[in-house]
Parts: sequence; structure tokens; C-alpha cells
Amino acid sequence: MERIAARTGLPRAQSKAQRAERTAHRTRQIARVIERVMNAVFVLCGLVSIAAVALITGYIIWAGLPAIREIGLTEFLFGRVWASTAAEPKFGILPFILTSVWGTLGAVVIGVPIGLLTAVFLARVAPKGLHRLVAPAVDLLSGIPSVVYGLIGMMVLSPTLMRLFSLKSGSCMLAAVLVLAIMILPTIISVSETALRAVPPEYEEASLALGATKMETVFKVTIPAARSGIAAGIVLGVGRAIGEAMAVMMVAGNVANMPGLFKSVRFLTTAVASEMSYAGGLQRQALFSIALVLYIFIMAINLVLNTMLKKEADA
Amino acid sequence: MNPKKLTSLFLAGVLTLSLAACGGASSNNDSAASANDGAADAAQAESMSGKVTLGGSTSVEKVIGALSESFMQEYPDVDVTYDPTGSGAGITGAQEGTLDIGLSSRALKDDETGLTATTFALDGIAIVVNPENAVSDLSLEQIKGLADGTITNWSEVGGADAPVVLIGREAGSGTRDGFESIVGVKDACEYESELTSTGAVIAAVASNPNAFGYASLSAVDETVKPVTVEGVAASEATVQDGSYKIQRPFVFVTKEGAALSEAAQAFMDYATNAQVNELIQGAGAVPVA
Repeated sequence: MERIAARTGLPRAQSKAQRAERTAHRTRQIARVIERVMNAVFVLCGLVSIAAVALITGYIIWAGLPAIREIGLTEFLFGRVWASTAAEPKFGILPFILTSVWGTLGAVVIGVPIGLLTAVFLARVAPKGLHRLVAPAVDLLSGIPSVVYGLIGMMVLSPTLMRLFSLKSGSCMLAAVLVLAIMILPTIISVSETALRAVPPEYEEASLALGATKMETVFKVTIPAARSGIAAGIVLGVGRAIGEAMAVMMVAGNVANMPGLFKSVRFLTTAVASEMSYAGGLQRQALFSIALVLYIFIMAINLVLNTMLKKEADA
Repeated sequence: MNPKKLTSLFLAGVLTLSLAACGGASSNNDSAASANDGAADAAQAESMSGKVTLGGSTSVEKVIGALSESFMQEYPDVDVTYDPTGSGAGITGAQEGTLDIGLSSRALKDDETGLTATTFALDGIAIVVNPENAVSDLSLEQIKGLADGTITNWSEVGGADAPVVLIGREAGSGTRDGFESIVGVKDACEYESELTSTGAVIAAVASNPNAFGYASLSAVDETVKPVTVEGVAASEATVQDGSYKIQRPFVFVTKEGAALSEAAQAFMDYATNAQVNELIQGAGAVPVA
């Protein structure tokens, strides 16, 4: 180009300006290409998670239905006996469903009051120094791997329960409930604390101005105002509790009994996890069906959560 | 050290290893195929190709897995497949010719005729209790009672006045199947805990003074106390001479009179050779001798 410019005798300045413009043009072009490429990358990344969800949903339905069809839906969901490798196998998962429901409920009953009060403490009561101590502890609690919870439950909690209630074995539903209650604490605390902090200060100021004490204000104004956020935290905790397998497997005993506080019980998650390694044939298919039931549970919980969050956003 | 030197060192190591592997392979073959000279044998191993279809007992999975893996390393063109369907299906498969070799974790019954059984390993299952437990010997009958819930207190078998807690493995586990079928409590056990690994069973028994459980012989450690069964302590020797009762054979079942394919015969020779004893031990079973 330069050579052409020189030969045609164009003034130097003009060719400089041309060059500058050309470079600018090229830069813009490159920028546009990068823009487009990055756009595609982002779309692709977004699609990965959608594809994963779709794939998992599709597979779990595809893998879970045959056994249900073979066993019969009522037989499967309401059968009280699970004997998957017996000469005449029985595949009733009612004990697992009830155990999961009761176990989660128990964890919520223990975990929610502690979690909510901790959240109140962190959001409204705690002096700065204590807050700096408690908040990281709560964060750490959520970072502890579930197998560690299980290990401590197995080595410390179970023997303690055994001595305390003079049981013949400490591996029971109560141990699982206690472990789950601790495991859902961080979720409940952090979501509730955020919700409590989001309550407009005017509400509390009004309450205090009317002569209410600080505690009256917290319990009669702040918590009701933050209730949908707190409820979201609880539902998230429920989701975590119902989906937990490892820690539960190590403390619950895993026998397919109907639920009982001091009985050895098996949850939906542990039913899948404990038999998967050697399962074959219908037994294996039935395990996929259990996973399907668990999946439906989790999806229902998520649906509830989403509706709640939407309501909160609308409000 | 500079990267070049590292690379050459690494290459040297690989060379040495592969040489060693070649040596090992040919010497293994020597004994496997009895007479031939090493070189011819190695060539045979290289050239042999085909498929060996195994199927049957789920309990032998670990042993067969270890055996077929090392076999296929030596005979790279032979493909060994194993379908865990249960001893009964393995025996039927051998009878009907759908399997090259059927696998069974029990001896053949009298009415299962026209078949040859070759024991390739033994499965010894130790009965373990908490070290605090005073009971040190149990009869098969007592073990049966403890497992199926007819004996619920340790005082009934000479121990302290404490409840019996059976800790076992999950449904489908080979050890569970072995214990239940040998003691005669198939699907009748009153479990207090069903755990998914031998290690977990041992840990649970070690932490509960009322507990008793079962575990592969090779997994027992000093945190638990293995009891003697009818006066015989569980050990590799007592399993091999048959005096320890809670054991069962792992058996290759083949059709009488029918010739095996070259690859299947090679696999059987390989698996019944004394040189694979270590592999069998590594998989938690007891070699035949």
C-alpha cells in the first residue's frame, strides 16, 4: 500500500490518515469478532447447565420407569418390605420414603429454631467482636465435607447416644436427624440473616418509637417482615437434608425398617447408594426408580422455593 | 536436574520396566502351559486372540476382576468378559454352552451332572466381635441363632448380659451372600446395621461392645476379635485344610467332555496356576494351596 501511495505521489499525510483509519477499522472488526465469539462462548456455557439438567432428567426418567412398570407403582411406593436380593425379591420403598420425610422433618424441627435464633443474633444482637467470631464459624460449618460429619457422627455421636439412651446400637434415626440438623444450620442461618438484614430500618424504628423493646421489635416486626426469606432458607435446608447421602449412610444403620427414632433406618439416598455397587438386573433398575422418586421430591421442593422467591420479589 | 536428563532417565526407567515385564510374562507362561519353551510361549501369548465369556457368581467379582485384568495384560488380544448373574446362572450357562466357563461360589450339587468343577480359590469369612466381648468360641449353630435373631443376648452363648447387635454388609455383597449361605440364614438375618464396606463393618464392630459381624479373612485387623468357630481359628491354613467351617469354594464350572476354546483354556490354566496366588490374596480370597 505504502509503495502504491508513494508511486502515485499522494501526499504523505493523507496516506497516514488512511492508515490510521484502516487500523481503527481493523481494530473494530477484531473487536466485533471477539464480541461475537465470546457471545457464543457464553451461550455455550449457559447451554451446558441446561443440557446437564435435561440430560439428567431424561436419563433418570428413562432409567427409573422400567422397574416401576415391572413392580407396579402402588407395590413400589407403598410396599413395606424391601428385600432386593431375596429368593423372592420384594421392592417396597415406603420405609425409605417415610424415613426420608420424618428424618428431614426432625432435622428441621431441631435445626430451624437454632438457625433462626442464630440468624437473629448475627443480624441484630451480636456485638461486632462476637459477630466476627460466629459468622466465619457458620461459614466453615457449611464447608465441612459431609463425610467428615458422618465420620464424627459414627465415632462420637453414635456411641454417645448408645450410652445416653442405653441402646443396643447407636446407629439409628436419631443420630441421622442430629447430623442433618447440624448440616442444614449454615444454609438456614445465612439465608435468614440476609433476609433479616434486608428489612427496612424504618419498620424497626417505628416499632421502637412506639415503645416496644428491642426483642419485641425483632420478634414482632423484623421476623414477620423477613418471613418469606426465612422460609426460603428453610426450604433450601430441607433440600439439603433430603438429598444428603454420605453422612446419613454412616450413622443411620441402613436397615430397611419402618422409621422409628431409635431404629436402624434407611433413607431414599442411602437406599440408592448402599446397594448400587453390586446390584444387577431388576434390583439395579429399582435403585434407579428410587432415584427417580428422590428426584421428584427435590424438584417439588425447588418448585416451592421458586414460587416463594417469586412471591417475595413481587411483594 | 535439567529436563533432558529427566526425560532420558524416565525413558531408561520405562525400558527397564518393560523388559522386566517381558521377562515376567514369559516365565509366567512357562509354568502355565507346562511344557513349551519360553520363547515359543511368549509368541503364542502375543498371537492368541479370541473371547472368553465368564459368568455366574457375583461373589467372585473381585477375584475374577483381578485375574482377568492381569491375564489380558499378558494376552492383549484376548478379551475376557464377566457377567455377574449368580452361581445358579453360571452353572446353567456352562451346561448350555452360553458361557465358556461358569463361575460358582458353591460346590456342585449332586443333581448338577455332566459338569467339571475346578476350584480356583477359597473364600474364608471371619466372625468378629468387639475385643471387650468375653465370647471367644462359637459353634455354627450358635452363629446361626445370633444372626437370625433367635439368640438375642450374649449371655446365652457364654458372654456378658448384653444385647446382640449384628452388623453386616449390604444386599448384593459377596461376603454377605457367603456368610448367609454358609451359616444357613439366607434372607433371615436380623441386621442392626448394613454397611457398604468391610472396613466400615470392622470399624462399627470395634466401636460397639455388643456387636458381631463378618468380614473377609484378609480384612480382619487388631481392632476387632475374630472368634474361633467350633474351636478352629480362622486363618489361611485352616481354610485351606478345610477345618475352618465358614468357607466356600470359588469354582470354575465347565462342561464335561466339551473342549474349551484355546483362549478359555489359557485363562483357566492361568487362573489355576500357583503364580496368581498373590492376586487372589489381594482380592480378599484364599488361594487353593
